[in-house]
Amino acid sequence: MKHRHPPCLPALAQGDSRRSFLKLTATVAAAPLVGRSLGALGKDDEDEEDPPVFPPSPPTQAWVIELPTEITPLQPVTLDPAPTEAANRDAGEAGRADHQRWGELLPVLSYELIARENPAWEFNPAYPAQPVWGYQGNGGEVVSPGPVIFARYGQPIVVRIRNQLPADHQGFGSPEISTHLHNAHTASESDGFPGDFYSAGKFGPTISHAGEFRDHHYGNIYAGFDELQNGIGDPREALGTLFYHDHTMDFTAPNIYKGLLGFYLLFDDVDSGDEHDPSPSALRLPSHPYDYPLAFGDKRFAPDGTLFWDQVNPEGVLGDKIAVNGRIEPVLRVAARKYRLRLLNAGPSRFYEFYLVNSRGRAQRFTYIANDGNLLPAPLRDQTRVRLGMAERGDIVVDFSAYPIGTELYLVNRLTHRPEDTRQPKDVRRPGVRVLKFLVDRMPPEADVSQVPDLLRELRPLDPAEIAAAPLRSWIFDRDKGLWAINERYFDPDQVDARVRQGGVEVWELVNPEDGWDHPIHAHFEEGRILSISVLGRAVAIPPHERGRKDVFVLGEDMTIRVLLRFRDFLGKYVLHCHNLIHEDHGMMARWDIEPDTGQPPSGTGLAHSGSPTRGGRT
Amino acid sequence: MNTRRLVIAGLGLATLGAALGYGSAPRRPAYAPTGPGPHIPDVPVVTHDGRKLYFYRDLVQNRLVAINMMYVQCEGSCPATIANLRRLQALLGPRLGRDVFLYSISLQPELDTPDVLAAYAARQGARPGWLFLTGTPADIRRLRYSLGFYDPDRAVDGQLTSHTGMLRIGNDRTRRWAMAPSLCNAERIIATLNHMDTAMVATAHHQGPLPT
Repeated sequence: MKHRHPPCLPALAQGDSRRSFLKLTATVAAAPLVGRSLGALGKDDEDEEDPPVFPPSPPTQAWVIELPTEITPLQPVTLDPAPTEAANRDAGEAGRADHQRWGELLPVLSYELIARENPAWEFNPAYPAQPVWGYQGNGGEVVSPGPVIFARYGQPIVVRIRNQLPADHQGFGSPEISTHLHNAHTASESDGFPGDFYSAGKFGPTISHAGEFRDHHYGNIYAGFDELQNGIGDPREALGTLFYHDHTMDFTAPNIYKGLLGFYLLFDDVDSGDEHDPSPSALRLPSHPYDYPLAFGDKRFAPDGTLFWDQVNPEGVLGDKIAVNGRIEPVLRVAARKYRLRLLNAGPSRFYEFYLVNSRGRAQRFTYIANDGNLLPAPLRDQTRVRLGMAERGDIVVDFSAYPIGTELYLVNRLTHRPEDTRQPKDVRRPGVRVLKFLVDRMPPEADVSQVPDLLRELRPLDPAEIAAAPLRSWIFDRDKGLWAINERYFDPDQVDARVRQGGVEVWELVNPEDGWDHPIHAHFEEGRILSISVLGRAVAIPPHERGRKDVFVLGEDMTIRVLLRFRDFLGKYVLHCHNLIHEDHGMMARWDIEPDTGQPPSGTGLAHSGSPTRGGRT
Repeated sequence: MNTRRLVIAGLGLATLGAALGYGSAPRRPAYAPTGPGPHIPDVPVVTHDGRKLYFYRDLVQNRLVAINMMYVQCEGSCPATIANLRRLQALLGPRLGRDVFLYSISLQPELDTPDVLAAYAARQGARPGWLFLTGTPADIRRLRYSLGFYDPDRAVDGQLTSHTGMLRIGNDRTRRWAMAPSLCNAERIIATLNHMDTAMVATAHHQGPLPT
């Protein structure tokens, strides 16, 4: 193994992490020489700097701009030149490893997305048309979120993602891309590893050459392809609501903030995307055009109405306007029937707790069917709220037939943050902030045949013996020297923090040893199952909507979450990171590699060795 | 496009706190308007070789820069950071002082006089293009905040021993700023620098610069 340099160890010399530092703080008043204050050294008490406080975004015009009444899925195209197993450098493809399992998973459909700037995006009628970054598909307008891809299990595809962002761009955002398909069961070379970024004139540290495009091979197999040997994998591992987004090292926050994300919906014979499906296996959930994804992103606007981002702010910028599919305070006209709404917190830093309320502010009931895009074993009926950390998804079914034509309903966010605090939410307060208006404006053209059955998707049973035998690996998410660290290391794309075995199973223990901040932790590649949650060593019940399969685990204060993960079917480099995009861009990301199973035990940081206590936990 | 200077300039500061209803607004305009990207204050600084310069116009304007905070007596993270920067200096070779500039700003400006910094720079083998900087405490503090080298928690921010581990990297020509962890090795750091250097195609050091 190549190990050309020592790892990024923040506590290299002194071990003075925040924990020991906080102990120091307590003694400072008594022994000022122990830790001299920068303020005193600054000797500038009359004229202290403060962290910048930004004025609120200027007023917007609510409920004027409309979302399209239905989404327009991306259509397949014929790619020229045709996709190839090895990167087609001559045609302008950026470097990558050869596609894994290419022969087994030959693409049956191809798509093309072009990352570009839209020079005149309208967030809200009160704001000037302005540049954003998004994706163009099928020759249409450059939009953010990008065009929705409808994919099916058993149909491998290639998505050619071209980078035509302005190379001479100035200001926040960097015009290179590495596109991650969030939680897809994808080979490493198509996973959007942060160091794999590319443009025609630049390439990331973990690839071999620049290029204007990259072909992403999405096998659309269930995890468990090798285990089941059935040519498609384990249908209990089906994913539904995925999203693609830029993952460029050091610039993920500004690049997503500028618009580089879009939805990718996966269907199979159970969640078939057809409410008329006569197949007995089909759930017949509300389907397109009554299946509608909604991405929520917090934004801050300057007094002139242009999108604002502070590139050197170590805390990022907390948005006070919530863009819903790129529009602020939009209207969505709906028919009086059931809809599947797929809610995504696209970040960068705000947490939400959404309620659907009527014009008097009274919360309405709906059915919660999927968390993190994965159908629950059974629907949770009569729900009133959806809480989402960054990158979490919640699919709900709302029956608008309960309302007379002309009814106005609002999606409100009742979760607050302290001013400028991007670290964690504060509390839930009524009435909340209205972010989206639904207007029930018509009867459906035909009777609503969609349904939400009492059983959705079976879960693979947890096997206590397997869990007990699995290696336990701790990942400790902490703050150090103004940055964010995992297992006392900062992200380095060449530093392999953990080596797992292909086909292996591990229990990952995610630890937040501090208070003052929350971390929504995302592991690429396979969704996991929460085994336990504890706070300060005391067990906490797993919320019902988190008892299925998840790919984002919101680590609260002093919290430890144990997760069962499998590493099947592919090899290569992946990441584990905080999806608070500021934390991600400030070091809180770890590389882990899936390596062939040669009989050697897994290795790397955080492994609990027999006889020694588990690192970091307070249990 | 806009900057936080524009944002701040958009409202009178006197009205800012009231408009926000927040506890403490800045007591003076920390930033003044210009183009996209953060405003770097043009405060006077003194280099380890005794030159009196203005930080923005003389050291940052139209340049690709990497900036860290340090102090000579630091026994915490500074020795490892400075070792990484020495290695970075070696990796940069002739690019240092031509395409890329390194600045190490003292957190103890009263103790780290130009003479002290000169001796320290000599011990580190700093070549032209790597400057150690000092100034008045007020100006250094202003610089520190403008570069994002602060913690929003005042108790944490006030601690010298846990000072920032960021290496702030900025390209004033593209108005783009990012950071690398200064305790990461030079190969990790130079990838971010190369990413922000518009003349570089490869970002990994071992691949080296391609012909332009």
